[in-house]
Amino acid sequence: MSKAYKTGWFDRKGWSDIIIGLPYVWLVALFLLPFLIVVAMSVATKTPTAPPFSFGGDYPLLNWEGYERVFSDGLYLRAFLTSVVNAAAAMLLCLIVGYPMALGLVRVAPAWRNILLMLVILPFWTSFLLRVYAWMGLMGKNSWFNKLLTDWWNFVVPVDWAVNSIPMMHTNFAVVLVMVYTYLPFMILPLYASLERLDTTLDEAALDLGSRPHQVFFDITLPQSVPGIIAGGMLVFIPAAGELVIPTLVGNSASPMIGRVISDEFNQARDWPMASAVAVALLVLMVVPTMLYSHFQAKSGGAK
Amino acid sequence: MPAAQAEPFLRIEGVSKKFGSFTAVSDVSLTVEKGEIFALLGGSGCGKTTLLRMLAGFEDLSAGRIFLDGKDMAGVPPWLRPVHMMFQSYALFPHMTVETNIAYGLKHEPISKAAKQDRVREMLDLVQLTQFAARKPHQISGGQRQRVALARALARQPKLLLLDEPLAALDKKLREHTQFELMSIQQRTGVTFMVVTHDQEEAMTLADRIAVMDKGQVKQVGTPTDIYEFPNSRFVAGFIGSITSFEASVKGRDGDHLVLDVPALGAVQARDVPGLVEGQAVTLALRPEKLRITKNRPDATNVVEGQVKDLAYFGKDSLYRITLPSGELVQAHAVNANRGEDAARADWDDRVFLSFDPASAIVLAE
Repeated sequence: MSKAYKTGWFDRKGWSDIIIGLPYVWLVALFLLPFLIVVAMSVATKTPTAPPFSFGGDYPLLNWEGYERVFSDGLYLRAFLTSVVNAAAAMLLCLIVGYPMALGLVRVAPAWRNILLMLVILPFWTSFLLRVYAWMGLMGKNSWFNKLLTDWWNFVVPVDWAVNSIPMMHTNFAVVLVMVYTYLPFMILPLYASLERLDTTLDEAALDLGSRPHQVFFDITLPQSVPGIIAGGMLVFIPAAGELVIPTLVGNSASPMIGRVISDEFNQARDWPMASAVAVALLVLMVVPTMLYSHFQAKSGGAK
Repeated sequence: MPAAQAEPFLRIEGVSKKFGSFTAVSDVSLTVEKGEIFALLGGSGCGKTTLLRMLAGFEDLSAGRIFLDGKDMAGVPPWLRPVHMMFQSYALFPHMTVETNIAYGLKHEPISKAAKQDRVREMLDLVQLTQFAARKPHQISGGQRQRVALARALARQPKLLLLDEPLAALDKKLREHTQFELMSIQQRTGVTFMVVTHDQEEAMTLADRIAVMDKGQVKQVGTPTDIYEFPNSRFVAGFIGSITSFEASVKGRDGDHLVLDVPALGAVQARDVPGLVEGQAVTLALRPEKLRITKNRPDATNVVEGQVKDLAYFGKDSLYRITLPSGELVQAHAVNANRGEDAARADWDDRVFLSFDPASAIVLAE
């Protein structure tokens, strides 16, 4: 009875339809429609008009040239490969750095937990660009940080290998480093959420049954945190693979990532159909792991 | 008795545990024999679980020593102790099947794969879960989960099995059945059981001996009969079963009986308790089932008159609450041995006589 009273207004007069429907309207208007426009553009033909593409008329109705080039032109394939390798490296490093941090957050005294959790999120309060510029400052040839590393390197290695500075800027290393720094919270937070739910009595039970602490970690903690690892991995991998700003600012322009290629096709080459084709290909590349994840979730869903 | 000279199987010697300024366990000494079911009984916060965790190796001792089978357990980590625990929540691994849960303890054992499989099969058989071996813990019932937890803890053949509130998570009907099952498994395996419980009935039925704990201290150790019939303190008498207690003082001795002056009842004869002196203030405790209710004055040593204030009819028996002339209330149990209307049975507001044997009266100095 009381439930009917509480939810009565919600069920009445289609309120529930509106509230549930609004996000769908939002998604259709601001995601699905633009995406369909991009898909349509990807099969258009580049023209010297404004906007710089057309269908039909003097041109073919459907032009598959963009997709053909995506899969035949080495530039695009290399860009895809660079993106996937950089994003995968960033994801793995985020996991390696983030897992102990997430585990620490869970195991630390509750009084400390919120403070440390806030410190993880704190960088978001500063402008993203400012933080990338800070890294550029650190990695630059004349920075104190680079000098320190150079001095250390020259001290450790034989004289023949001595360098004037460590080449960090405009390398894939710099891209991965800054991406790890930027996306680390996206790895830590889902990991923290999944580790925090785990029952620590299970750890005690495993200890009691003859497992040493490191065995308990691999037998009990790690397998149970797989959903968190997958969620965090995707939250890092997907934006990292399409990242534009970081590779543009600190990356090597000779081996661009796919985001940079899309941007250049749109803005420099003004080849919108080509840019759209690359964007659609990137989306497909990202959708496959997402679908695999959903499949995995649905399969293990019954276990919780 | 040469047996008494031998080193007991488990010896807890002056064990204390402090958390900051709070003393959870205070100077506890106990011995447990091999193959015994020993219960630690007490309310929440009495230190029984802390003591259990110290035996498992999860908590360090602030003072004292624990010897298991003659070996000092100090500094032995949980994974090297021949002690296993059945957790109150069972703590089954949710990502493993029933079978892999049970096999988990054997994972790091230096025995052959075939021997491990045999042991797991034997355990599945012992707890009658062979057909559920491939299920995950969330796919079986609460009672089955409890049996998996038991099998998992027994698979490594511990010297001592610790059971933390083993029946608390089961419903009442299942609990009675499981109680007997636990006892039969204990007899078949011969493993020494240490059970922690807050449920006196559970402790009484399961255990060979019980230690009643309060505020970190052991109040009394004994068989269920000892604890129930011969409690040594007001706390134990009140904790186990129900009692009605009266202020009293020792008046003197009459033959082998103690004569008490009880303001609410008059002069009462009770079984003599050595060491009591004349004039000493004591407590007289009466258990409801030891009191007889009659409508006519019976020929008994201790008789007191009263009036039925309340009565609860349970079928097989009735619980009476009787007002004494002094205004105090006494609880008395009467078995309804005769069927139907019974003229001799006391009813609401009836004048009745309560009587009890001197041997039934519990005299407590503490």
